[in-house]
Amino acid sequence: MAFEDQRTTVYKVDPAHPESETLPTLRTEELLLNMGPQHPSTHGVLKVILELEGERLVKSTPVLGFLHRGVEKLAEDGTYHQFIPHTDRLDYVCAMYNNFAYCRAVEKLMNITVPDRAEYLRTIVAEVQRIIGHQFWLGTQALDIGAMTVFFYCFRDREILLDWFDELCGARLTTSWYRIGGVERDFTASLLDKLRQFLDYFPPKIDEYIVFLEKNRIWVARTKGVAVISAEDAVSFGLSGPTLRGSGVDYDLRKAEPYSAYPKCEFSVPLGKNGDTYDRYWIRVQELYESVKIIRQCLDQIQDGPIMADVPSVTMPPKERVFTNLESMIQHFKLFSQGFDAPPGEIYCGTEAHKGELGFYIVSVGGGKPYRLKIRAPSFIHMGAFDYMSRGYMIADAITLFGTYDIVMGECDR
Amino acid sequence: MSLPYVLSQLQNAFPVGLTKIVEWRGELAVTVPRERLHEVAQFLHDDPAMDFDYIVHVSSVDWPDDDERFEVVYEFYSIKKRQRIRLKTRTPESDCIVDSLTDLWKGADFMEREVYDMMGIRFRNHPDLRRILMPDDYTEGYPLRKDFPLRGKGWRDTFEFLDETAR
Repeated sequence: MAFEDQRTTVYKVDPAHPESETLPTLRTEELLLNMGPQHPSTHGVLKVILELEGERLVKSTPVLGFLHRGVEKLAEDGTYHQFIPHTDRLDYVCAMYNNFAYCRAVEKLMNITVPDRAEYLRTIVAEVQRIIGHQFWLGTQALDIGAMTVFFYCFRDREILLDWFDELCGARLTTSWYRIGGVERDFTASLLDKLRQFLDYFPPKIDEYIVFLEKNRIWVARTKGVAVISAEDAVSFGLSGPTLRGSGVDYDLRKAEPYSAYPKCEFSVPLGKNGDTYDRYWIRVQELYESVKIIRQCLDQIQDGPIMADVPSVTMPPKERVFTNLESMIQHFKLFSQGFDAPPGEIYCGTEAHKGELGFYIVSVGGGKPYRLKIRAPSFIHMGAFDYMSRGYMIADAITLFGTYDIVMGECDR
Repeated sequence: MSLPYVLSQLQNAFPVGLTKIVEWRGELAVTVPRERLHEVAQFLHDDPAMDFDYIVHVSSVDWPDDDERFEVVYEFYSIKKRQRIRLKTRTPESDCIVDSLTDLWKGADFMEREVYDMMGIRFRNHPDLRRILMPDDYTEGYPLRKDFPLRGKGWRDTFEFLDETAR
């Protein structure tokens, strides 16, 4: 005779058939489970309330805002230059790309053309940042679903690039190297040398990562066919970056609206077929190879020249001139105390960061401060699709879902 | 597809509906009265010549001195035609509500919630209009309004100043 737990058993009595009293039915109810805000796989502080039926997700409600710092409000109080360090803290894993996206937006507002060399430097550093971002994603995503080794290998190679950033601008993570109209400083011979060495060293390492993951049957089983979204839905939700391209939608701003030195480089945009986590992983790994290709081409094509646009009313004077030349010092002082006078108007400028389309919408009414600055954060928009994509999967797949978007809560909550 | 083409198509479809058209820095921004927002958005989304299938962002701007104080900004993109458009509408503070576009673009759900949270603009027919970045029980107002102080208001002012200087 089977054991019956009285706590989970209710007896349904059908009045027409009192004998049915002897047939117990299992009492079922939906269970609410809080995942986060301190769950290690939520990449920051994210809470999701999961409604469960057994182990299946019926509905999930993301609770955002634990890292909300009011960056958009802060932007209204500072000058355009002063906002650059704030952008580092949006997606703190990939500060360079945030700087890049913001500077591009302000340049569009001010109608500034950046000199050629600066464009190449920007593209090279942006692609290095993309490599770092994808390495970080690859490592942590695999770690979250139990494949630990690849994490160490990814982070070992990521350290090389972070040290390279350190030499470039003095910081590993919060870089602030981009400036409105150009970049802060040029590459040194040692930096170029180290970057070339890395480009030779890196591609075989990508093959290594692939072996670690694709030979791991558990990892493959947990990513293939998980978090599937159709191309139509992905577009409707406004997903971007590898999350969108995993569903086979050809939308990459580097190709759609070419900027910086990208139109001068040859590279391909990998597209997925099934729209699952495995396809998104495959795209990110292919993008590592493409990034190496882009950096190589940029290093070959780059010419000597100025690294800052010559628009004295907007761009900063070179540092050494500030200390030796009176006019430059006045220019520097005026730029940092009052900011530059932006024309009234509004622009939106999107940039293809490694997570997706990172955009800045700036409304100016003239004067040195933005009237309104809105950040289009891919992480935030990806979380909007979380509930839709999670339905019907197991609890453990919720972790894969966090990973599949490559969310960073600093950017999501702003 | 080019900007003049989009504009002429829009003007053909809505000969009187568009209150303001601005073209600046290669971007097209069209302002419509809020009664027609959903209608124009539906045209942009459904018409095969337009095909704006991708929602980029939903934003809001506060203009405290204007009669219609708040501006809601939608930005759309057409993946097939590689074209952007910005659709704007105004709403007064006394009746601060516009039609939700969640039935056309699913992504509008979170973006409109953020606008509601930050600016206090409500959206008609939104499935789940709650605060999203601020706590659910936050009662101090809407942070991105221009009359909201940068340092916040409320509990910070109740802290007593601790005198830690040496005596």
